[in-house]
Amino acid sequence: MKNFDGKVLFLDRSDINTDEIIPAKYLTEITKAALKPYLLEDLKLAGFDPKKDVSGKRAVVTRENFGCGSSREHAPWALEVNDINVVFAVNFARIFRQNMSNCGMLAAEMTKEDIDDIFNNFGGKETVVKVNINDKTAEFSASGKSKNYNFKITDFDQALIEAGGWVDFANKRY
Amino acid sequence: MGKTIAEKIFDAHLVDEPFEGAYALKLDAVFCHEITTPIAIEDLKARGIDKVFDPNKIKAVIDHVTPAKDSKTAEQGKIMREWARRHNIKDFFDIGNNGVCHAIFPEKGFVRPGYTIIMGDSHTCTHGAFGAFAAGVGTTDLEVGILKGVCAFKYPKTIKFELTGSLRPGVYAKDVILNIIKEIGVNGATDCVMEFTGSVISDMSMESRMTLCNMAIEAGGTVGICYPDSKTVDYLWDFIKNDYKDKESAIKEYSKWVSDKDAEYEKIVKIDVSKIEPSVTFGYKPDQVKTVAEMKGTKVDQIYIGSCTNGRIEDLRIAAEVLKGNKISPSVRGILSPATPLIYRTAMKEGIIDIFMEAGFCVTNPTCGACLGMSNGVLAEGEVCISTTNRNFNGRMGKGGMVHLASPATAAASAITGEITNSKLYKGGEK
Repeated sequence: MKNFDGKVLFLDRSDINTDEIIPAKYLTEITKAALKPYLLEDLKLAGFDPKKDVSGKRAVVTRENFGCGSSREHAPWALEVNDINVVFAVNFARIFRQNMSNCGMLAAEMTKEDIDDIFNNFGGKETVVKVNINDKTAEFSASGKSKNYNFKITDFDQALIEAGGWVDFANKRY
Repeated sequence: MGKTIAEKIFDAHLVDEPFEGAYALKLDAVFCHEITTPIAIEDLKARGIDKVFDPNKIKAVIDHVTPAKDSKTAEQGKIMREWARRHNIKDFFDIGNNGVCHAIFPEKGFVRPGYTIIMGDSHTCTHGAFGAFAAGVGTTDLEVGILKGVCAFKYPKTIKFELTGSLRPGVYAKDVILNIIKEIGVNGATDCVMEFTGSVISDMSMESRMTLCNMAIEAGGTVGICYPDSKTVDYLWDFIKNDYKDKESAIKEYSKWVSDKDAEYEKIVKIDVSKIEPSVTFGYKPDQVKTVAEMKGTKVDQIYIGSCTNGRIEDLRIAAEVLKGNKISPSVRGILSPATPLIYRTAMKEGIIDIFMEAGFCVTNPTCGACLGMSNGVLAEGEVCISTTNRNFNGRMGKGGMVHLASPATAAASAITGEITNSKLYKGGEK
């Protein structure tokens, strides 16, 4: 299973689409690694600089409908090659969420209240998250203060994450 | 309790439930293009399982960047070509025969009512216009589809859109779907099937239904779906005439792919289309929609007519009606990309290409290129394009560019004036 713990990147906006996560002009790459420098290059978000803000982060916290738009699995891959394997949001676009699980990555849904609470308590601070996939909880910590939150993933998503992806599973079963 | 059309298609294709809440469906077709398929092919090769579940059910095209613009896109095309040859995939459309996937696959008769289809492309929702369950997926789902002919989904929830009234002249399916997205928002149908019903849909051509269903994903919808009817049968007749003794028996057979009256819906949205004016997007999200009248006078640098949304013959005919006898403004660039070779040739025979060229348009080969800023019409920083495509995301047609989504009539009228303008075909008055 992948690592889901580490420093948090806060993206305080809803409806961040896959063109913003990885622009189409980079879809001509045949390796995942080649996507690394371009993550969130076209993100429209005041104060955000992908060149400075992505480095060293291991998790994303955002608002609603993350990953809407294109079906490109390059979006999760661009996160993955930057060692970001978990995104917390109120909800995800269907294809993006499925792509995350198919890659063994975690698209964790939280209530709007909890996402608001995380932004209020930790937004703008150097924050670290620790994920417990069995309990479906995430502990956020900053400047000595910690708080636990529940998240939701389907049994299907959890099984795929634990199995390490859909191809091996399906190849054996069908 | 009755069932929706999507539930009926699920029940008819269910293989098993690998996990609680996940339904693995048998696929009737897997569509492929050169942007999302090569990585799946390479991964299958690396795993030592370079196989396809059924070469007759895989349909492939090179459409996003064609002809290749550089070594990387040439390589993507090469991987597709060699793969299609290796596996004897007969329905593979390469240069000379290729067109935008969601236009050429229906045109070739590959979509039928009740089908399950996946493709590594979010606008696969277009094919729901035929009463099919057709969904965009990522490369991993595509890979499993190619290998095993199955794909897993959650059981479908459906939002029903009851469209009443009649469209004013000069108002089109594009204006309807923009207004639906405006009403429910870009997250309004996430994880839901969008079922379009009502006499407005019955009156719409298959081309218009495809335009409508094409943008379901822009509200988060898994697929946009219309019930099959006589128009569906007329469109498909050349491909199905040996299977049915007459059109009536085909319509009867397909009528099983209609929701029951007591089907359960997530939500029912009623929309009176008589109130809809020609519309256009204004921001970076497809739910940011205003009337053309409200946006009137906004200067544009480029006009793009084409794509899986509005690059079909009906769209070209409408735009030509607006352009005929006019020149485009000297301050703009006009680009037309007919979505398939057949559309291109039909437009030539009908004199439509001549009207576009006489007006000052550049006519490119069929390709997705400009819509996603890949080729054939990329915007420069600060440039504005009115486009018949489906996405106005930041950077979509080129870094720093602005895209206003509109119908072919509005795009053509705006080409003449150089600013966002209502077409002469619209006679409904402006609020």
